[in-house]
Amino acid sequence: MTALLFRSLLWNEVKMTDKDRILTAEPQKGAALKRVLADGMAAAWPICLGYFPIGLAFGVIAQKSGLSPLEIGFMSLVVFAGSSQFIGVSMLAAGAGVLSIVATTFVVNIRHLLMSSALALHLDRPGRWWLTLFSYGVTDESFALNLARFHGDGWDWRRALVLNHTANATWIAATVIGGYGGELIPEGAFGMDFALTAMFLCLLVFQLRGRIHVVVALLAGGISVVLATVTPGNGYIIAAAVTAATAGLFLKRKRVPRTEGLP
Amino acid sequence: MRESYALIVIGMGLVTFLPRWLPLILLSRRRLPSWLIEWLDFIPAAILGALLAPSLMTSGDPRHLDIGRMDLFVALPTLIVALKTRSLAGTVVAGMALYWAAGKILAVIP
Repeated sequence: MTALLFRSLLWNEVKMTDKDRILTAEPQKGAALKRVLADGMAAAWPICLGYFPIGLAFGVIAQKSGLSPLEIGFMSLVVFAGSSQFIGVSMLAAGAGVLSIVATTFVVNIRHLLMSSALALHLDRPGRWWLTLFSYGVTDESFALNLARFHGDGWDWRRALVLNHTANATWIAATVIGGYGGELIPEGAFGMDFALTAMFLCLLVFQLRGRIHVVVALLAGGISVVLATVTPGNGYIIAAAVTAATAGLFLKRKRVPRTEGLP
Repeated sequence: MRESYALIVIGMGLVTFLPRWLPLILLSRRRLPSWLIEWLDFIPAAILGALLAPSLMTSGDPRHLDIGRMDLFVALPTLIVALKTRSLAGTVVAGMALYWAAGKILAVIP
């Protein structure tokens, strides 16, 4: 198991070999399951690296606003959404009511509609219960990483599910540790604060599969910067993404005349 | 655990879960029109652009344009590493090292 994990870590980028395919196809279910777990957990490491400092910071802030480690862990388990947890705790500390906290959380997380829609294209195998379990783990980070993986070989919904829940477990653990005394860990250690940004940059590069994708990403970036500076909240993410993707669709349809039905 | 706290958290959990769950249940295993598939294909690049750009180029509350941030200066070489190596591991490690080094250098410069 350890050797497997280590190998997967080292060869993270390497595509599945024929040997692996035979391995997963053979009837020894135990070995195949171990491999799925190892692949999913190993692939999750950039997310875990990034979640750790943010989770610690959340735990510290939550503890300072009067929550116990148990209450912190409960929120991380039930909600599992970084930015809305920060907002929720600050609203709690300010004495906001249930409805306003829940409504704000909804608005903050509505962008996941888009991510789950894009993921749905790649998730036609699992049944409803597995989809439900999977959907609980959809975050900005797991969405971006899983989609990049789905475009390559050797990735399936089981590995994606393990990735989601590895990230989730790390988040819960980090927030609870923060609640017990995260101040003790130096701030900004080893550039960990930049881990998620670096991961997003690389995943963006993976998504640039053509000139239109570059245009879409630049357009989304430009629109989101403008919207972010003139509007409060984080509605700018979904607004910019929808606008840019729609522009991309128009560009594509205009440039490539439809040839369906032609010989 | 206080009851009111548990109630708030469960409410937050529900409204977080619904937008994650509904599209997967409604859209997976369904034949989608080709325009929707093409549109959804642009969503990852669009979301990543929309997440990254403001996090690198704005700061403060309320947010304002701020293109002098260390994050942006570190993001440029990190992006080049990503383009050249196309390696997730290499990019994350290089990005962290650059960010850490930039922080040290900025701390020394008066």
